[in-house]
Amino acid sequence: MTNKPKLKLATTSLAGCFGCHMSFLDMDERLVELLEQIEFDRSPFTDIKQLGPCDIGLIEGGVCNAENVHVLRTFREHCRILVAVGACAINGGVPAMRNHYSLQECLEEVYLNSPDTVNPHIPNDPELPLLLDKVYPVHEVVKIDYFLPGCPPTGDAFYSLLKDLIGGREPQVEKGRLRYD
Amino acid sequence: MSDRLHLLHILHELQQKHRYIPEESIRDVAARFNLPISQIRAVVEFYAFFSTTPCGYYHILFSNCTSCGYQAGDTNLLHLLTEQLGVRIAQTHADRRVSVQETSCIGMCDHGASLLINGLPLIHLDSERITQMVGLIEAEKPLSEWPSPWFHIHDQIHKRGLLLKEDISAGDGLRAMLLRGRDETLTEISQSKLRGRGGAGFSTGLKWRLCKQAVGKAHYVVCNADEGEPGTFKDRMLLQQHADAMFEGMTICAHVIGAHQGFVYLRGEYRYLLPHLQTVLVRRRGSGLLGTTILGQRGFDFDIDIVVGAGAYICGEESALIESLEGKPGIPRSRPPFPVTHGYLGQPTVVNNVETFIAAAHIACKGATWFTSVGTTASTGSKLLSISGDCTSPGIYEYPFGVTIQQILQDCGASNVQAVQVGGPSGTLINQTALHRRIGFEDVSTGGSFMIFNEKRDMLAIIHRFTAFFAHESCGFCTPCRVGTTLLRKGLHKIIVGQGTRYDMAELQHMCELIRRYSHCGLGHTAANPILDGLQHFSQAFEQRLTQRDFIPHFDLDTALEAARQMTQRNDEGAHLDQGAE
Repeated sequence: MTNKPKLKLATTSLAGCFGCHMSFLDMDERLVELLEQIEFDRSPFTDIKQLGPCDIGLIEGGVCNAENVHVLRTFREHCRILVAVGACAINGGVPAMRNHYSLQECLEEVYLNSPDTVNPHIPNDPELPLLLDKVYPVHEVVKIDYFLPGCPPTGDAFYSLLKDLIGGREPQVEKGRLRYD
Repeated sequence: MSDRLHLLHILHELQQKHRYIPEESIRDVAARFNLPISQIRAVVEFYAFFSTTPCGYYHILFSNCTSCGYQAGDTNLLHLLTEQLGVRIAQTHADRRVSVQETSCIGMCDHGASLLINGLPLIHLDSERITQMVGLIEAEKPLSEWPSPWFHIHDQIHKRGLLLKEDISAGDGLRAMLLRGRDETLTEISQSKLRGRGGAGFSTGLKWRLCKQAVGKAHYVVCNADEGEPGTFKDRMLLQQHADAMFEGMTICAHVIGAHQGFVYLRGEYRYLLPHLQTVLVRRRGSGLLGTTILGQRGFDFDIDIVVGAGAYICGEESALIESLEGKPGIPRSRPPFPVTHGYLGQPTVVNNVETFIAAAHIACKGATWFTSVGTTASTGSKLLSISGDCTSPGIYEYPFGVTIQQILQDCGASNVQAVQVGGPSGTLINQTALHRRIGFEDVSTGGSFMIFNEKRDMLAIIHRFTAFFAHESCGFCTPCRVGTTLLRKGLHKIIVGQGTRYDMAELQHMCELIRRYSHCGLGHTAANPILDGLQHFSQAFEQRLTQRDFIPHFDLDTALEAARQMTQRNDEGAHLDQGAE
């Protein structure tokens, strides 16, 4: 083994379901091999909260609120290569189904009109991030270098992507490895 | 007449009666046609001229074409109209008096800014006429009391060639065919090397032969009068002035291929021509040129119905047109099989353009040699051009194929030409360096549209209009076209407003290639042409608008928080976003 420094990898989930992260874990024992060449920075896997300079950033989920924007921008600033992972990051996905309604309709339905609401009011605590009018794909907010489709992308697809990036190659995921269910 | 019972016609009547198509009517129609309610609803939703919410008593469709649209120099006539009427676009006035919508080119490009009011074309609009119109609407004057010159379409024919110089008399083509013989007439058509005038240029003789040879329960002849390519209006003139020759060509085709039923599919924007066309049909039936035993020939039975479309550009695509004829949404079929073997009701069908049938009728009369005496080897005969835009004499010009664009520009009085769009938005954008190119299937092909833009025009605005046209007219069946055309429109807009980066431009080009390669039909295959041609020939116009920044978000982030700010009454620091510093 050479003493090549390990690549730093950070991951986050914005408006997503963590399904992509679960699928990442489906690489199973290959994770052991990968960890010879990469190490995690900020990620739900590590619970590291502060993002340092990274080589690769994986973004799950679309952009639904102001906090998502800040996190996404931080990732863009710190990551050399930023990858949109999964249907929600790429297209908005399931959370973007609310785009067919106005934000007002959504919030009123949930916080005012729902039959079992106690003390109906729309939350306005400054601690809470404000919602955007729609759920947006990540590439409309920051520049994205690569897109890994799938809902979620398979463990094989993650493995293929990471091996290519570690090897310094343009990532190419074979058609057969792209799954959308 | 059976065409009175056509689904599109019944829906049109309902739309006229109620100013929209109520849900109860949809149920009634479904029961009457023994079709699922969902199918009728799909048809209502597909066509732009049907609505499920009430339109006004005066229903205005303002053309947004670059030649006959509302943008007159610096004046936006549409805004002027809606402002003066106190209505918003696509929203019916509270008292239901009036509604205003945009619509794609209505084929009045030689008559200046134009609109359709309750289906009638109203032309030569300027701010003064808009104000007069508003006065008449407010006084609730019926259209019959409006000044008649406003509705008078005057075809300007500036140059006549093979077809327009000398018309044939009704019946001459049929008599010539019967004299010559059916197969010999087909041979004559083949030898004339006539190619389809809609733009694609398929050999007419071969099409007829393939259809004739195809086995089926019945054969059909369809005339495509769905002239929807922006900037095209030559069929409007032909339908008005040469309907006999068109019907004659169809009847000749019917005899050649063995058809007993024909259809003219007339675009909804030309509905005002319907009474005239029906009069000609009645006259032809009376003269034994249509109906049973045509010209005394036993077994030569053929009649024509006219089906009027309802505002869908895609129905100019032959398989979408056939779907529409069958009373369905105009979604193109997968081809092959082609209509010559599997067309109307799955039977062998010839679909040709108005001009093609007229040329065929002339060829039957005057012979193939007469026809090939003009034009080039690959493109015989003549072509009717609809010339519009920045020139002194817009109108109809008939040229031999092979004429240079330069020559045409000279003849129609165009000066300081920056660009010419030949063949409409789906055609070719020509810049000053390519004016030597020639009209013909082997060089610059066109269905007839020829739009001229002088140096004062903003080319990106024009390309954007064309791109928006495709986004509007995409039938929505396939994803590359449905989603892609909208992404093109948005991507180009980002560049136009100075927010486009070099990366956005590369993405735009990439998207163009994708749409062109993966779309289901010709609309998608050509939808990116304006941008691709623009990038190639007017790259400077794009470059000038690009920002030097690496990235700019695709939407205004702070504006996207506005709704939430209002609902929460928040205005703290966390309730705002900047566009990202760089």
